[in-house]
Amino acid sequence: MSAHPIDTIGPDGKPAFYITDGRETVHPGDGTMLGFWIYLMSDCLIFAVLFATYGVVGRNYAAGPSPADLFDLPLVAINTSMLLFSSITYGFAMLEMARNRKAATLFWLGVTGVFGAAFIGLELYEFHHLIHVGAGPQRSAFLSAFFTLVGTHGLHVTFGLVWLVTLMVQVGRGGLTASNRRRLSCLSLFWHFLDVVWIGVFSYVYLMGVLQ
Amino acid sequence: MSAQPHGHAGHHDHGPAGHGHDNHHDDHGHDGAAHGTLKGYVTGFVLAVILTAIPFWLVMGEVFASPRVTAALVMAFAVVQIVVHMIYFLHMNGKSEGGWIMLALIFTLIIVVITIAGSLWVMYHLDTNMMPMAPHDMRNMP
Repeated sequence: MSAHPIDTIGPDGKPAFYITDGRETVHPGDGTMLGFWIYLMSDCLIFAVLFATYGVVGRNYAAGPSPADLFDLPLVAINTSMLLFSSITYGFAMLEMARNRKAATLFWLGVTGVFGAAFIGLELYEFHHLIHVGAGPQRSAFLSAFFTLVGTHGLHVTFGLVWLVTLMVQVGRGGLTASNRRRLSCLSLFWHFLDVVWIGVFSYVYLMGVLQ
Repeated sequence: MSAQPHGHAGHHDHGPAGHGHDNHHDDHGHDGAAHGTLKGYVTGFVLAVILTAIPFWLVMGEVFASPRVTAALVMAFAVVQIVVHMIYFLHMNGKSEGGWIMLALIFTLIIVVITIAGSLWVMYHLDTNMMPMAPHDMRNMP
C-alpha cells in the first residue's frame, strides 16, 4: 500500500528492497477486473457441467418429442439477434462512458436493457409454449437438461438486467464516478460473457438438436 | 450496500472529482484498448452477424445432405465466433492484468474440455454397452 520502498531482510540476512512502483504489482483496487473475470470463469464451469449433462442425456426423449419437433429456429434466430444487438449497444455505452458522456451512456444502457428484455420475453414465450404443448421439464431427460441449461442462461440474463437497471439508477444519481465506471466495466464483461455462452446454446442445443 | 456512500462521496466533493476525471482521461488515453474502439466493436459485430447467419442458413436451408458435415461446420463456426467475441467484445489479450486473465481462461478451457469431452466419451461408451431398451420399456419405468 505504501508508496515508499519497504526495506526488509532478505533470505541471506542482507537488507532487500522492494519497490512498489506499480509496474509489477497491481494498484490498490485494480484487482477487481481480475477477480470478476475469475468469477466468470467459475460461472463458465457451471455452464460446462450443464452442457455436458445436455450432451449426455440430450437424446433421451423417453418416447416424447425430439428437438426437431419442438424447436422453432426462426424464433431462435430472432432471439440470438436480440442478444447480439444488446452486446454491441453495451459496447456503445462503454465507448460513451470512456468519452465521459453521461446522457449518451444512459441512453445506450437503456437500449441494451430493451434488447435484453426482448430476449427474456421471447425465451419465456418459448418456455410457455413448450410447457403448454406438454413438453415441460418433467417430460424427458432431454427436456429436463434443456430447461436447466437454457433456463440457467436466461436467469443470468435476468440478473444482468436487474444489475443494468441498478447501475442506470446509480449513474443517473452519482454520475460517471470511478466506482460506477468500475461497475459498468464488470457488467460489460458479464453481458458479453453471456453472449458467448449463448453461442454455445444456439449452436449445440438448437442447431445441432434440429439436425438429428 | 456500499454503493450509496460511494456514489454520494463522488457527488459531494465536486472539486476533487473534477480532478479525478482528468486523471481518468489520461488513464483511458493509454489503455483505450481495454474499453475497445468503435471500429473494434463494429468489426466484431459484423463478424458475429456473419458467423451467426451462416450456421442458421446451413441448418434451415438444409444446404448439405449429410447432417454430420453440417454439425461439424456449425461447431466450427461457433468456435470461431466465440474467439471473435473474446477479442472484439471482451477485449482479451495476453497482457491484460499481467497475463492473469489469459491464464485463468486457459485453465478454465482445459477444465471445460475435460468436463464436456470426458462426459460425452465415457457416457457414450456406457450407453453402447448397456442393455438395449425399447421405448415401451421406458413407459413402464417408475
